[in-house]
Amino acid sequence: MAKGYSIFSLAKHALRPSEPWPEAWEKPVPKSSYDVIIIGGGGHGLATAYYLAKDHGVKNIAVLEKSYIGSGNVGRNTTLIRSNYMIGGNTAFFEKSMQLWEGLSHELNFNCMVSHRGQMTLAVSPGQVDAFARRGNTMRLNGIDAELLDRNEVMKELPYLDFSKEARFPIHGAIHQPRAGTVRHDAVAWGYARAASQLGVHIIENCEVSAILRDGDKVVGVETSRGKILSNKIGIAVAGHTSHVAAMAGLRLPVESHILQAFVTEPVKPIVHHVVSWGAELFYLSQSDKGGMVFGGHIDGFNTYTQRGQFHRIQNVMECATTLLPFMSRMRLLRHWGGIQDMTPDGSPFICKTPIDGLYLNGGWCYQGFKATPASGTTFAYMIANDQEHELTGGFSLDRFEKGKELDEYGIGNWIYKQ
Amino acid sequence: MRIPCPHCGERDVAEFRYGGDASNVRPSHGSGDLKQWHDYKFIFDNPQGPHLEYWQHVYGCRQWFKLNRNTATNEIVGGER
Repeated sequence: MAKGYSIFSLAKHALRPSEPWPEAWEKPVPKSSYDVIIIGGGGHGLATAYYLAKDHGVKNIAVLEKSYIGSGNVGRNTTLIRSNYMIGGNTAFFEKSMQLWEGLSHELNFNCMVSHRGQMTLAVSPGQVDAFARRGNTMRLNGIDAELLDRNEVMKELPYLDFSKEARFPIHGAIHQPRAGTVRHDAVAWGYARAASQLGVHIIENCEVSAILRDGDKVVGVETSRGKILSNKIGIAVAGHTSHVAAMAGLRLPVESHILQAFVTEPVKPIVHHVVSWGAELFYLSQSDKGGMVFGGHIDGFNTYTQRGQFHRIQNVMECATTLLPFMSRMRLLRHWGGIQDMTPDGSPFICKTPIDGLYLNGGWCYQGFKATPASGTTFAYMIANDQEHELTGGFSLDRFEKGKELDEYGIGNWIYKQ
Repeated sequence: MRIPCPHCGERDVAEFRYGGDASNVRPSHGSGDLKQWHDYKFIFDNPQGPHLEYWQHVYGCRQWFKLNRNTATNEIVGGER
């Protein structure tokens, strides 16, 4: 197994190309029991296992992944990170995530290509400038970087936008978070997997959970495609399929599974140096290091598990792209794909205990799963190790709708159907 | 995906709006059982398979109807008024 990656190991393998790089993580045969089982080997599951082993000294951990590492949403998102949240319950959590991103490549000894290129969210009316000023002030009061730019400042930074008199949505200004940016998402999955494996975590691929075994109100293990595996602590981190896995334990959740599409164009020379998002429609775009424009918009709008997007949403996202960035009309689309994500009634996630003893839930991430990965892993690991909530996740409980404590960041109620 | 509107015939999904799980039964008017209202409003079975759901033909007749669709394949079994 690979130990440290360094300039010396790089030189060694460059000089001796006949010696292949060793596997980044081990492929163990599953044991009959573990102290903790994490269902789901995506970013959140692997991060949870890593922090459980590193921060809480739990050594006997298995991560069960139904396919291969990197096959799910951790490799399907648009790689954006940001912490421009406004309401209590979200602000500190996503800022914690941002702080963890800042040191992640060193922490994991894996180059995650964390790029703090900054995010520009464009305001298209004077009212929106006011709303962004309020958001920015709230962020700054919480120690998060934010600055408000006027139209001329935006023109200097993003000259390629439509600043003409005929622009359908005239640009009035922008809110800029300089530390926001992008991360190479595959590296996050691989980096966490490798680092967890080096701490003794068993990463078991092609191992699909088919049943959650209970003894009364306690979990005792899981039935999988590779046999029965016992454990008194089980964490679910399978966003996209949370309802499906939770149903194995008899739980019904405030979650619907929806498809979100993403798009990438042919590579061109660098032109877009920030993450650009828009106040007129849900639309976000960045240029990858390879040169392709990576962008996306809304969910398709109805629940599905198919990972196949609908054409009307493709058309809508292309209209957004060409309206905001006229040069996009001359770009050619290279690929588009879909990922299945949990949508919750208030657009916020769950990191919480369940009514079943020893069963912990991490899901409901809506559009924001990737950027949350490190904080989600840290806080979920804390919860599993101590059987109590981390101070940052108190708002992410399952019963918040019963208590009237929705975390409704955008103030639009049930946003699944608001498009 | 094309959706058979029971009033207008088959049209592209772009003309329609999804309206959620139609198997959830609304509690009777005036019922004060908050748990029942909570479950009606916020809890979804979210099955991977056959699903009875509401759709509205927004850019057509604007009628609401029920549709039986498989969420694993998007195959549509049938619509009803």
